[in-house]
Amino acid sequence: MTLSRGARALLLAFTLMALVVVYTPLLLVIVNSFSVSRTFAWPPTEFTLQWWEVAARSQGAREALWVSVQVALVATFVALVLGTMAALALQRFHFFGRNTVSLLIILPIALPGIVTGIALNNAFRTIFGWDLGFLTIVVAHATFCIVTVFNNVQARLRRLGGNLEEASMDLGAGTFTTFRLVTFPMLRSALLAGGLLAFGLSFDEIIVTTFTAGAQQQTLPIWIFNNLFRPNQAPVVNVVAAVLVIASIIPIWIAQRLSGSTSEGLTGAR
Amino acid sequence: MLWLGVAYLGALAALFLTSLWGQNSFTGEIERTWTLDNFRDLFTIEVYRTITWRTLAVAALVTVVDALIAFPIALYMAKVASPRVQRLLVIAVLMPLWASYLVKAYAWRGMLSENGLVSWVAAPFGLDSPGYGLTATIITLAYLWLPYMIIPVYAGLERLPDSLIEASSDLGASAAHTLRRVVLPMAFPAIVAGAIFTFSLSMGDYIAVRIVGGANQMLGNVVYDNVGAANNLPFAAAVATVPVVVMLVFLGAARRTGALENL
Repeated sequence: MTLSRGARALLLAFTLMALVVVYTPLLLVIVNSFSVSRTFAWPPTEFTLQWWEVAARSQGAREALWVSVQVALVATFVALVLGTMAALALQRFHFFGRNTVSLLIILPIALPGIVTGIALNNAFRTIFGWDLGFLTIVVAHATFCIVTVFNNVQARLRRLGGNLEEASMDLGAGTFTTFRLVTFPMLRSALLAGGLLAFGLSFDEIIVTTFTAGAQQQTLPIWIFNNLFRPNQAPVVNVVAAVLVIASIIPIWIAQRLSGSTSEGLTGAR
Repeated sequence: MLWLGVAYLGALAALFLTSLWGQNSFTGEIERTWTLDNFRDLFTIEVYRTITWRTLAVAALVTVVDALIAFPIALYMAKVASPRVQRLLVIAVLMPLWASYLVKAYAWRGMLSENGLVSWVAAPFGLDSPGYGLTATIITLAYLWLPYMIIPVYAGLERLPDSLIEASSDLGASAAHTLRRVVLPMAFPAIVAGAIFTFSLSMGDYIAVRIVGGANQMLGNVVYDNVGAANNLPFAAAVATVPVVVMLVFLGAARRTGALENL
């Protein structure tokens, strides 16, 4: 654009300043985890590794982390299977109510989390008569994770078209052979991106989880939230928060390892 | 295969049926009698009206703040930066999304606390941290949802052909004029697409307001309290229909601008 040099410099300065503001709180979390003081007073006076030791021994945090990982893994797996099947069905076959289905899949993520949360809570308890527990968390998470897989797979299928599969069928391969040897390899990176997003979404989710978790199960976000307002636990929460900030580099790193087109997929869905 | 979809829609439908049921005030049992009492309470009791308006105002302000911050950044990314810088900036904008929502809200609790970083920075200017309250809630929510605004606007601006901008300046328009008459109208659907996210996410939030909002309540808190402590599911369901209806109206209006293709 024909912007004057001054205007360009202004835009750059604004962008850089915004980025500084975006990253400051995250850095603050990491710095605080080393601070001796239990309050957020700035600047911190003394540093220590003591809280990291305390946190590593914290039973509650470790158990919550384990529950979170399990939930996210199972929910991601379910979402991968169902999301792929839904995308394939919508792409390859034309049937009654096709457009409604694609809207339906997006709905759990378009509505505020609290609505999804109490709707599922109500359904699990009164309609199905289930007790809230591990299973209900997984079902709830899978419900809103499907959309990320669905979006990625559908975008990929639309780009590929059906020619290769038709060729495979013409050459005598059955439906499953075609899927195993042709469709699946073409979808692999889209599935990886969708699965990564689903895992991240499930690992981080708190609102829907609050309404679908039983009293025994605590996922990590719920554990953090429950301990947030306890001054005694503040140092441990600081460390857990710092670990989560540092761990958020991993998915970005994986996304970069994938080809450029799939990292686009990582930005598309919520 | 569509079991989940059906179950989810069924769950939503059941929720709205519940909102029309009454509750026995003595035993707390849900009575399956049809009544509009829950909605009447929602609209006539002063507290709930205030909370509804407050929630809408907060969501609207968060959206405006995000749009104002996101537009210059997206403009720089899409039209000024070199492809290499562009790629780096996209990563820089996306990375905070992977950091936990809760951790980011918690980080702002630290930022805004008494003697925290914000008051330390503001002190030389004779200012102080806004402390916990509605201002803090708006700052935190705007911070949380900023990437959801930047990315669609960036994508929208990137699709805008350079030739249009060149044509405008060839025809004698100044940069500011081009921005107002060409770039902004073309980017508007993308901004609305971003607003769908920021508005919807802010409206349903009750966690951030608990963490940095002091004693203030939003609609989400009312729902949460009625499901948990008060155990009045019908009323909670009635309250929860408010964001759904607002969102449907919003989506209907957004469709007219062509924003849904920008999602």
